[in-house]
Amino acid sequence: MENIIALAVVFLMSVVTYICGTIGEKRHYRSIREREGRLKNILVFNEKMPPAAYLKHEFTLVAGSVVMGSDYFRQVLAWLKKIFGGRLTSLESVLDRGRREAILRMKEEAARMGAKAVFNVRLETSMLAGNQTTDGRQQKLFCAEFLAYGTALYIPMNAS
Amino acid sequence: MKNEKIMLSNIEYLPGYTITRHLGLVQGSTVRAKHIGRDFMAGLKNMVGGELAGYTELLNESRQEATDRMIAQAVGVGANAVINVRFSTANIASGAAEILAYGTAVSLTRKE
Repeated sequence: MENIIALAVVFLMSVVTYICGTIGEKRHYRSIREREGRLKNILVFNEKMPPAAYLKHEFTLVAGSVVMGSDYFRQVLAWLKKIFGGRLTSLESVLDRGRREAILRMKEEAARMGAKAVFNVRLETSMLAGNQTTDGRQQKLFCAEFLAYGTALYIPMNAS
Repeated sequence: MKNEKIMLSNIEYLPGYTITRHLGLVQGSTVRAKHIGRDFMAGLKNMVGGELAGYTELLNESRQEATDRMIAQAVGVGANAVINVRFSTANIASGAAEILAYGTAVSLTRKE
């Protein structure tokens, strides 16, 4: 009987988190696309040396970061998929969204400075450990921080 | 920004500037954790996926703190810019993170 209840709980959690996760993912992608369109005039390079055209510009460090987690259902899918190996499509979207979101936040900061280009952009990912549950067991839900940073070049406001 | 005088960049050579003095490596770091309530909420949010805003905020605050400490050190050695800045994050315990910012303190002057 207890096993049936436990299974039912897992099933219910999967369904609920699947629905919430899918709605959240769709909404997030819509927002990402909309903002990417709005910020497309800010150029982002991972080249170190800005060309001579930027000689008269001022510079500043800009960064954007986001912590993204995968939902329970997708995590279960990933665990099952790991038996056979291959692409873990359910986690790919989380990483893709996280990285694009981090770049967007960096671009938004650059836009606030009035910058037109960001050079030497570096992307960094770091895993955050799962949360401790009340019984001391470690939850192994995927959770990672995405960081994008670079040097924004802008023309100072008080330039003659 | 607490200190407007210090310029930050993660490029080694800035267009339009010359480095007049190298003042060595400067760094700043901080270890931070959220209180249990926030950690618990983030755990719940992790079930449905998406952004964990509590953790994003925590890491942003700590990165700002680490950068401020690095800047304070750069001011201490008499620099007016920190170039080649790098960030690094280490997860030292559940819900606690160390953020490190480091770079080279230099004196920059505008090329005429």
